[in-house]
Amino acid sequence: MNGAAVVAAIRRPAETRWLPLAALWAVLLAVPLWLPLVGGYTALAGRVLVLGLAAIGFNLLLGFTGVMSFGHAAYFGLGAYGAGLTLRYLAASTPLAMLLGTLLGGVAGTLFGLLIARRRGVYFAMVTIAFGQVCYYIAYSWNDLTGGFDGLRGFRRAPIGLGPLVLDIAGDGPAFYYFLLGVFAAAVALMGLLLRSPLGHSFIAIRENERRARFLGIPVERHIWLSFSISCGFTALAGSLYALLNNFADPLGLHYSLSGEIVIMTVMGGMRTFWGPLLGAAVFVVLQDYISSMTTNWMSFIGLLFVVVVLFFPRGLLGFLPRRGAR
Amino acid sequence: MLQVILYNVTNGLIIGAFYVLMALGLSLILNLSNVINFAHGNFLALGGYFAFVLTPFVGFWGALLISPLLAGLLGFVVERLLIRRVYRRDPVYSLLLTFGLAFIIQDACRYIWGPNGLPLGIPDALSRPLSPALFFITWYRVFMVAIVIVAVAGLFAFLRHTRVGLRIRAGTLDLETVSTLGVNVRLLRSINFGVGSLLAGLSGVLAAGQIGLNPNMGDDLLMPSFIAIIVGGVGSLTGTLLGGLLIGLAGALTTVVYPAASEAVIYVIMAVVLLIRPRGLLGEEGMMT
Repeated sequence: MNGAAVVAAIRRPAETRWLPLAALWAVLLAVPLWLPLVGGYTALAGRVLVLGLAAIGFNLLLGFTGVMSFGHAAYFGLGAYGAGLTLRYLAASTPLAMLLGTLLGGVAGTLFGLLIARRRGVYFAMVTIAFGQVCYYIAYSWNDLTGGFDGLRGFRRAPIGLGPLVLDIAGDGPAFYYFLLGVFAAAVALMGLLLRSPLGHSFIAIRENERRARFLGIPVERHIWLSFSISCGFTALAGSLYALLNNFADPLGLHYSLSGEIVIMTVMGGMRTFWGPLLGAAVFVVLQDYISSMTTNWMSFIGLLFVVVVLFFPRGLLGFLPRRGAR
Repeated sequence: MLQVILYNVTNGLIIGAFYVLMALGLSLILNLSNVINFAHGNFLALGGYFAFVLTPFVGFWGALLISPLLAGLLGFVVERLLIRRVYRRDPVYSLLLTFGLAFIIQDACRYIWGPNGLPLGIPDALSRPLSPALFFITWYRVFMVAIVIVAVAGLFAFLRHTRVGLRIRAGTLDLETVSTLGVNVRLLRSINFGVGSLLAGLSGVLAAGQIGLNPNMGDDLLMPSFIAIIVGGVGSLTGTLLGGLLIGLAGALTTVVYPAASEAVIYVIMAVVLLIRPRGLLGEEGMMT
């Protein structure tokens, strides 16, 4: 990549195309209006938001720092269990559940990141898979606390009291969807700001040319560790929302299959774009829902989707859009 | 007590032997092509199912010989058709590709042979116990370990004494130079992938004789094989061998003392290795880091 292209690549996240962005938010805000018309249900949109948030968080690491983790389901699942366990054993408080779930996943990622920040490439991926399976294994076998293979039940998301106002998100109506959308918006805004900050730019510099970034005085290992921790934290937040959405947390939410699904959503949507993972999540969730209702051999179709994306759409759906500055 | 320990030690050896066979195949592919083969456990299952289909025609011994070769051939073809297309790309693509393949093969096995377990018949002579005192160890268990030893010795002899083996080892260190010296690297990688799949297929036949067949029989072995590679050190086949035996035995011996932790112990070993010797027991500094 020549100098101008690198500068363009680094500056890209700072440029905002307002029109598509406004359209995206209009679509997201109007979901409860149009989704039933096309035969969807609001919980499906909730899944898209939650998995999209997980994938966007994951993409901080994969797409913007250029480091591949294949174990992000671990932090997603830890977030879900953290939220579920809080609601079940500590207090019927939704914000507390989200906070503790995010902390559980984020701190686990931060500590584990210390061990592996020097590793790269497939080796990094392999170690993150193995660590993810540790979490899966713990949730699976710690029957008394987590409910083992059957998953953690017996908790419900609680309404949120804001002084005199009560935000009733316990029901199945659109209120909970808008709550999810609000949290999603806040998290995405934070990530967008992060990518525009000097720290975010140094992540991208590491992705583009690690050796050069090192010569420029960027502490590469520490930044990869930071990126990994932040990414795990956002994925854990998504996980805690997932527990709220389903009123349920199960060990499959920690399994490496889900890690693979998060990666394919990101790549399918476009890992070099900010919004790609959300689009990927939407396509994946809708396809999976549709195919598994049509045939028992849905695994083959999902597997085929992986193969087709890798062979024919490696840049993802949004990767085909013309880039500003590329001309 | 002695019997319990003896039982668990043989168990540990057998499990370790399976980890070793699986992990060596994974390691071969990882070292030369930088691909983590998620579908490796599914090649194992395919090996077992091929044996199930072949046994009525060629007997157990014939199946033991032919099924791994079929699995290897399939690996060779899959590499030619699919895997090689992503070598030049970011490693995320090869991971996703083999991940998708794993889904497809597993589902195909379930579609063709059904979701329920199937038995693989083994010769009567092998299903007898060693002796009345050692009633808990069948000849088949001894036989499995023996075959694994033969296979591993064969693999190391192949890598050391044949031209192709030599090139595979050289390619692990510096593929570009090997290519410049006139070696057909594309073919080399296909053969290497085939050999790795052959080892998986062999483990599949052996495992099917002991625990029977089911579509996801390889899944439980995949993760320990990753850990065997990490513990032994990426880039070193001898390390993988050691790592596999170590975690197999450690798991089995923990069963004697504290059964609930028998699976956890291999993850603990991995964590300890990552903490105090991140490159693994026999890994070279700088390989894959």
